[in-house]
Order: sequence, then structure tokens, then C-alpha cells
Amino acid sequence: MQRAQVNWLPDGKRMHLHHGPIDMIVDASGPGRDAALLRAVRRFDTLLEELVAELPRLRSPSGPPPVAGTARRMTRAIEGFALDFITPMAAVAGAGADTVLHAMLSGPGVTKAYVNNGGDVAFYLTSGHMMRAAIATRPEGQITIEYREPVRGIATSGRSGRSHSLGIADAVTVLARNAAAADAAATMIANAVDLPGHPGIIREPANDIAPDSDLGARLVTTHVGHLTDTEVDAALDAGSRYANKIKSRSLIYGALLCLRGCTQAVGHLPHIQMKDPLNA
Amino acid sequence: MSDSTKGDKIRCDACPVMCFIAPGKVGACDRYANKDGHIIRCDPLTILDRRLEAGGEVRPFLTSDWDGDLVKSDDVFVSGVGSGTTYPDYKPAPFIVSREVEGADFVTVVTEAIFSYCGVKVKIDTDRHLGREAATVRAAGEAIGHVTTSEYGSQMLSLGGVDHLTGGSKSEGRVTCDALLRLCNQEPVDLEIEGGAEVTVQAGHAPIVNGHKEDRMRVGCGSATIGMFASQWQGLVDEVVVVDDHITGVVSEHQAGKVIDWPSTGIRIKGHRSTPGRYFKVAQPGQGWGGTDLTDPLDILNPWLEKKGARPGLTLLMVSTTGEHYGYYVLDEDLIPRSAPLPEALKPSVELIAENCEPALCTVLFQAGAGGSLRSGVTQNPVKLTRSVQALKTRVTCGGAPAYVWPGGGITLMVDVKQMPDGSFGYVPTPALVAPLEFTLSREDYRALGGHDAAVRSVSDILERGGEYGDSVRVVRPLKAPS
Repeated sequence: MQRAQVNWLPDGKRMHLHHGPIDMIVDASGPGRDAALLRAVRRFDTLLEELVAELPRLRSPSGPPPVAGTARRMTRAIEGFALDFITPMAAVAGAGADTVLHAMLSGPGVTKAYVNNGGDVAFYLTSGHMMRAAIATRPEGQITIEYREPVRGIATSGRSGRSHSLGIADAVTVLARNAAAADAAATMIANAVDLPGHPGIIREPANDIAPDSDLGARLVTTHVGHLTDTEVDAALDAGSRYANKIKSRSLIYGALLCLRGCTQAVGHLPHIQMKDPLNA
Repeated sequence: MSDSTKGDKIRCDACPVMCFIAPGKVGACDRYANKDGHIIRCDPLTILDRRLEAGGEVRPFLTSDWDGDLVKSDDVFVSGVGSGTTYPDYKPAPFIVSREVEGADFVTVVTEAIFSYCGVKVKIDTDRHLGREAATVRAAGEAIGHVTTSEYGSQMLSLGGVDHLTGGSKSEGRVTCDALLRLCNQEPVDLEIEGGAEVTVQAGHAPIVNGHKEDRMRVGCGSATIGMFASQWQGLVDEVVVVDDHITGVVSEHQAGKVIDWPSTGIRIKGHRSTPGRYFKVAQPGQGWGGTDLTDPLDILNPWLEKKGARPGLTLLMVSTTGEHYGYYVLDEDLIPRSAPLPEALKPSVELIAENCEPALCTVLFQAGAGGSLRSGVTQNPVKLTRSVQALKTRVTCGGAPAYVWPGGGITLMVDVKQMPDGSFGYVPTPALVAPLEFTLSREDYRALGGHDAAVRSVSDILERGGEYGDSVRVVRPLKAPS
């Protein structure tokens, strides 16, 4: 069986941590960088095994509180969504990023750090530093978060991700206090971008595709046919209503919802820059 | 639940998650899949070693005989064969590979694409008539395509396409998909052409027309054959007719004969005279002489004219454009041609025609449109990929074989299936074909077009880790250096 692996990306700067389904890109700056990266590697080494040990619990919508730190981050992240169907797995990527970032920060001399776990990003900033992230809008955009802003987690969910979605969003990007919270919220908002009963949307039981899925026999979207502009707007509207609802409960700071080249924004979205595709 | 009641789902032990994976599906990591009851690694399974010469075998590769010197990352190209598709197409393509190419940091985006719009163009080297243009081509009783325009020495078929795959009955789609799959994987397929021939087609092999294996492709049309060989017949025979369904040539009337003062013979050919010595439609198309329905070439002759030079004892060679059919005749007292043995002196000229013919082959080009959502597996802004391909900044290959990309909109490509590794093609029940597809471009361009930069992996990483399920990894020789 594979062990956790660590590599440098070809640019020689960013570190790539890989184990099973987890791929993290990690970097830090400041005099404590090397030590921080070493702490990230050490923490990552057992991360997947810890999660696997509690996997049955993490795939259930309810149950006793889990033991390990990352698992607890996951259950904490979904607390605010308990009225809807959700399992801790909705926050697994973000929680993993938060855990590794936390390890990196348990030492001196780090001025900025980030952990990008397959698109779900946890980061840390000190005064004068900022985080730039590419976002999956069309045209593509970039979001800049400065030190003074409270956002420390960005996550993207939807059909552009690896997990299955109950909705039809191409991508929903969420800004939240940490990556686990952003991950859970992005999953739920992406589920809400939907057109129930639309004949062009093909859905299959999640456990037909992945027998172990935490979604059980719930129908996940496998194909979205042609949508009219009105339908795209209606689906995004449904997602935005949900996003506003959870924003009013302080679960997120902001969200960007994308479907078929259309984008709707909800809440606080600092410094978004869209590139003009014609000039790209 | 016992193992047996889990049916054909199997547990993957590649990592601690130990996913149960259903047949044809991938685990949570998108790296391992259940193929026919076995866990396979669906990272790029096929690696092209640029240093090996073209034309060799695909050989199995096992970790145990891994020779680090044999395959260095500079010399290999990762192919999409078996890489697993991005269907549905929105996540990053399974393997985005970074490699250094002559100092520049290149990125190869490797995927297996599902082509809903796809088909094959089949070139069959034969001058035998296979069917009228636009005649329907059937396999197992279902319409799967049609006869398209003839090319020089070859008959062309257009098979598949979205209308047959998904626009007709379920059975039509299934049979079409199956025929395309087998043609693309270089297997033989029996085709029946409405009002025409039955032909067995296999890429890289001679066509079999109505049970007859075609050996040679014609040297040229009848007129061209006269032009090439007129001087070699001069002095050995009084008249030569090259029988051809397209243009039948007559040496005494043809310009090529005139310039060497070939005397008139009084021969008269049935059919439409085009220019002197060149005749269209001497017979019906068929599987006989020179692609006509002739079994006796004398059927195309009208009575000979004495006043134009016909005389008893005049000798005549009739030959097909491949040299496969020939006959030698002598006019009797009544100016009727009588069959006679071919004189030794003429044999070399008939053999020369045969010798100048190329071996008859079937060629299968896969043609498909890659302009759909699969582009979003490569970049978050798909049209930029299209533009990059059109601007020749991004090179497109299928299983490492160079693809011709049509100018104009979209990414419509053509590729010779013979250049692709064995077993490159698969299918999904849609029905549609699955084929490997790679986009190669510089890392800088890749970033510029909004690529999934974070998913980039190095070739050495893939070689190393792709060895885990080593029997699934293949090293094949490259056809052309990727760059």
C-alpha cells in the first residue's frame, strides 16, 4: 500500500504532498519557511490514516463526536447545515488543509502560508501580505484577500470537482473563516444550484458510481444537457437564495456561483478581477 | 455482506481509503479503477520512448525490469491510452504532465476523450468497383455509413458519425459503435455496400472484395499506364489497350503513341471517347478487369476497320491497370481477334505494370471533434484551448500519434489509427468512442490559457508511480518527437 509522498513541483518552490485521494500544494514564506514545510510533511504523514480510522462515522450525517482533530474540524464545519442532508465528508478537503496549515503555524517565523488541497485552500497572512487565488468563473478571475479581511479559507465545489454533486453548478467558490467551513458551504450551495425535474439533467444514485459514497442512493448529477438562459438564471437564483440564507447565519463571507458561463455573486467578495477573454 | 453479494465491486488496496470500486468506475482518488474485475492504475499507462525507432512492437513494462537508463523523462511522452476519462468533463484531465522539452517547461494534458461526434474515413486501395457514390454501407445489416468520392486508385468510405451513432435506432448506434471500435483498434470488419460489393476492411491489411484478396493498387488510370509504358511496347506488339473503369487507354490513338509514330490499327472501342485514345465508360463498374464488370475484354471492341489499318495477323495486348489481367490476341482472316499465348518478349512489360503497383491496403483514419466540454478538463476557459490549437501553440496527439487538426472552428482532428498503440480505443454505451488525446504546450502558454496548473505532475513522478501496477504500463515507441 502506498505511503504518503512528498515532492517538489517542477517549479522547485512549491511542495506537493500526496497520499491516496489527497493532493496538497503547500508553500510558506518568512524565515521559518523550511521548518514550517517540514512540520507540514510530518503532519501530513498520518493524515489519511487518521481519517480512514473514523471513516464510517464521517460518512454518516450523525453519530458520536469523532476523536481525531481533522475529523472534529469536519463535524464542526457542518454543524450549521444540519437542517439539510450533509455528512462530515462535505468538509474533508478543507479540514485536511486546515490541519496541515495549523501544523505549519505551530512555530515561529512564518509571514504567510497556504495549503491548497485540491482547490480547497487554507491560508495564513500577516500584516502587509495578501493571498491571490484564481477563481473558476468565466471569464476567469482572480480574487485578492488582504490581511485585514477575515477570510482564511477558500473552497470550490460543483461538478468541476472530484466529489459528486446533487446540483448542476459548474463551480461554486466560497470565502469563509477557514477552509473546512468554505468546503462544506461550497458543497451545499453547489447542491442548491439546481433545476429539479429538468429532463436534460441526468442523475444516478451515488452508490451506483461509488459504492462507498456518503451520499448513499441519493441522485447525483452525471450529465447536464442544454439549458436556456432563463433556466441558467433560475438555477443560479436558487443557489444564491441558499447562499444568502447561510451568509445571514454567518457561515460564509461570500460566494461566487458559476453555471454555463454565467456568474452570480453573493456577499463580500474583495478585489475580484476578471480578465477580458478577448485580450487573453 | 459477503464478497459474493458485493458482486463485481472490488476493494482497492492502493491506499488506506480502501474504496469499493464498481466495474468501470474509479475510486475516490481518480487514479485507480475497476476494469473487468481488476484494479488498474489509470494514470497514463502508455509511455512513448522517443529514442526507439518508429515501427516497432508495443511491449509490456514491469517495474521489475525497469531500467532507469532506458526511459529517461527527456525521451518519453506520456500517452492518454488508458488514462481514464474526465467524463463528465469538468474536472481537470486525469494527468497533466509537466516535462522539460529543450529547456522549455512543457505541459502535456493527457486524457481519454469521449467522442460523440466521431467516425472513420476508410481508404480502400482497389480499382474494383465497390459501390456507387453515396451508396449505404452496412455492417451486420445496419446502415453505418456510405461510399464517398473515389480517389486515385482507391475507393473511400465514410463510416460512423453522430447520425449513425445516436441519430438512428438503438441497434444502428450499437452496430456502428462496434464497427468503428473494431476498425480503430485495427481489427477486421465485414462491410456490405448497397448495390455493390462485400468487403472486409482491416487497417494496414489488403482489402478482401467479395472473398477475393486485393493484392495491388493500380499503377494509374488506363491512359496514364499507356503514357508510362508506350515506348516499352513499341516494336513488340501492334496495339495495346489498357482496360480501366475510369479511363481506358489505346496506344495507337493516344498522344503517347502518336509522339512515337505508332501506326493506326483500325481498332474501335465501345464507350465515350474523351480525347484521342482515352475512353470513359467502356463497361459497367464491377469486380472484373480494371474495375469494370468485364470478364472478357473483347466485349469492349467493335469490329475492326480495314481501311484504318486492321489486317490479318495484327497483334493486340489487352491488360488491366494492375497487370493482374492480361490477354494476347491475333486478328484472323476475318479480322476477329483470337486468343494466343503471351509472347515472352511482352511478359516483362506486363510484369512491369504489376511491379509498379503498390500493395493494396486499407487505411483507417479516425476523425472526431474534440471541441466539446472535454476542453474544460484542460483549461477553465475552453475556447482558449481551441484558439491555442488553431494558433499551433498547442500540439494535439492521439496515443502519441500526430493528429491533423482541421482549420476553422473547433478542434476537429484526424489521425491514422495504425500509428496509435494497440487497443487505444474504447467505447461508452452512449454509444460513443473513447480515444486517447493529448495536448502539449509550453507551461507558460498553459498558465496563460488558464490551465489547471496545480494538477501538473512531472514525467518522472508518473513513471515512478505508474509502475505500481506495472503490468498495465506500456512503453511504446514514439512516432514523432513531441515538442
